[in-house]
Amino acid sequence: MSDLLRLATAGSVDDGKSTLVGRLLYDTKSVLADQLDAVTRASVDKGLSTPDLSLLVDGLRSEREQGITIDVAYRYFATGKRSFVLADTPGHVQYTRNTVTGASTAQLAILLVDARKGVIEQTRRHAAVLALLGVPNLVLAVNKIDLVGYDEGVFETIAQEFAAHADKLGYPMGSVLSVPVSALVGDNVVEPSANTPWYAGPTLLDHLETVAVQPDPHEAPLRFPVQYVIRPRTAEHPDYRGYAGQVAAGTVRVGDRVTVLPSVVAGGLTTTVERIDTPDGELTEAVAGQSVTLLLADDLDVARGDLIAAADAPPAVTDEFAATLAWLADKPLRTGARVLVKHGTRTVPAIVAAVDARFDEQALSVVDAPDGLSLNEIGLVTLRTAEPLPLDDYADSRRTGAFIVIDNADGTTLAAGLAGTPLPGT
Amino acid sequence: MAEAPDKLDNLDALESEGIHIMREVAGEFDRPVILFSGGKDSTLLLHLAVKAFWPAPVPFPLLHVDTGHNFDEVIDFRDRMVERYGVRLVVAHVQEWIDDGRLEERPDGTRNPLQTVPLLDTITANKFDAVFGGGRRDEERARAKERIFSLRNAFGQWDPRRQRPELWNLYNGRHRAGEHVRVFPLSNWTELDVWRYIEREKIELPSIYYAHKREVYQRDGMWLTSGPWGGPRDGEAVFPKMVRYRTVGDGSCTGAVESEALTVSDVIAEVQASRLTERGATRADDRLSEAAMEDRKREGYF
Repeated sequence: MSDLLRLATAGSVDDGKSTLVGRLLYDTKSVLADQLDAVTRASVDKGLSTPDLSLLVDGLRSEREQGITIDVAYRYFATGKRSFVLADTPGHVQYTRNTVTGASTAQLAILLVDARKGVIEQTRRHAAVLALLGVPNLVLAVNKIDLVGYDEGVFETIAQEFAAHADKLGYPMGSVLSVPVSALVGDNVVEPSANTPWYAGPTLLDHLETVAVQPDPHEAPLRFPVQYVIRPRTAEHPDYRGYAGQVAAGTVRVGDRVTVLPSVVAGGLTTTVERIDTPDGELTEAVAGQSVTLLLADDLDVARGDLIAAADAPPAVTDEFAATLAWLADKPLRTGARVLVKHGTRTVPAIVAAVDARFDEQALSVVDAPDGLSLNEIGLVTLRTAEPLPLDDYADSRRTGAFIVIDNADGTTLAAGLAGTPLPGT
Repeated sequence: MAEAPDKLDNLDALESEGIHIMREVAGEFDRPVILFSGGKDSTLLLHLAVKAFWPAPVPFPLLHVDTGHNFDEVIDFRDRMVERYGVRLVVAHVQEWIDDGRLEERPDGTRNPLQTVPLLDTITANKFDAVFGGGRRDEERARAKERIFSLRNAFGQWDPRRQRPELWNLYNGRHRAGEHVRVFPLSNWTELDVWRYIEREKIELPSIYYAHKREVYQRDGMWLTSGPWGGPRDGEAVFPKMVRYRTVGDGSCTGAVESEALTVSDVIAEVQASRLTERGATRADDRLSEAAMEDRKREGYF
């Protein structure tokens, strides 16, 4: 069985991310002849002697003209062992929001550094963002190793400096793999390189194919945001009432005691899961990631936006909470801002009651009482919502601890929100 | 009854994601519609919609932008699907826009680029606020940058610099009056995933997706067939060949590929061995310029 690994790339501009992605696609034979022809033609037009593999992924005209990546590009490749969805994110500081986007769903991130420059400010910024968003696996690709003469000492210095930094971010020593690569030439991307005899580790692709990806924890308490109420009202199904959704965390089994939140009744209304339905037949249980329809034993007032949760381990239901925001909009955040919060399948009006602190992702410390947050800044806030939300701490659940902040006026997505204060290194 | 798997396989994960997206749209929009050409990707969309709301009927109508340059097999198939699933079909006939002068026939006779205006007019007239498309990010470089929820202004335009960050699976469907959102539930599927899923779910497709004998002529490196859009020009010889189609579009610019693939598993073997993308192999409209797809997306095409 071939499974799916979602990964993201990060790193500074000119570190060669697009070239590395192009190399992965090219060397896994995911690039077809007509795409390669187009790239070869365009490379000749630019006066290059070898195909510029970054042109495979830089899809927008202004990207090709400027030779930079502006927007997240999603790429797909598969080997005999795994299918990969890769979010290639831009390196410029002003596009850090795209790193947040790519990291939000990634199970693994490849962070690139230029072997000539080593760990720089943008490396630390991206590492902090990846850690904040809870990306479970991190790989450091020390790129352009050919340009430092395949020097083991240069590689080791960078790898050790980064490992020490990653340790502070919650990636313990030994958990981050560092690989010396040249995306341009292909060293250690797919094929082991004869130029780095001192490197005994796996190639980048070997690692991607074999790294153990922690599945969404099945033992976690059940969280099931109701997306839609299915009521056919047909002759065949006159009284059918099913709650459609995707299991966000944990496992649901027939007979489980569950609570529906939020509720007018303190503590929520409790009932039993009577049936787990799918068009392919009933299930005895369903796990995180599966889309199913739940039928409950009692006729409760359940609607889109409600959360069906394990009765013995429900989340806190609150209308005032501490949260961490990664601010993604040009328009700055000011204390008192009125916004919308989308959590699970519920969208509620909210007020940013206080901006409590800003996270300094270089020093890994908090700076007290800023007057707001600007684009790409990460801060701690207190939010007050018009209706209570059933919230888990983001550190416990990436799915049900996450929310987005939306501009009430123009609908823009303003921020990535994480319930609680999962700041790495502080 | 089945127990849960330890981990979801690739197709299970993609199916679940697609169903989740469809249910989000049903929950948050007033008037969604599925763009339905009868091609394999839109047929897969319909299949996901059926599964997402079962045992209730699909809560969206279908919209077909009909260039008039159709393959009969595809129109028959479209009508049978409408009948089978009891969905409403809205058809925008490009011919009507040509007849009343809102559009002009192109000198090359191709009508694919003419679809944009009837599509936008029909979206406006029906007040559709969410429009499902079968676009996949693996198809083309500009599509690789597309969001799953893609906001369009009243002119249907895509502005890559105004795209919203798409975080976790929390989709933002907010839009102002007159704007709409294009939704792409198959964003993360590849051509091979689509075929493997068609095989697994035993999804019926129009017969032209499988190898059949057809009279074809060669133009611009593609095998075209005669139809209401015209036929071979002087000097273009016609050959009987075993062919199949990898995409379904306007008959004047959709080429067939030589193929012996009679079954889904034959097609999968062929796709795996292919050295050309499906659009590069068969779609003249994508070859117009290096940025052909980006330009058409900006204009409001998918």
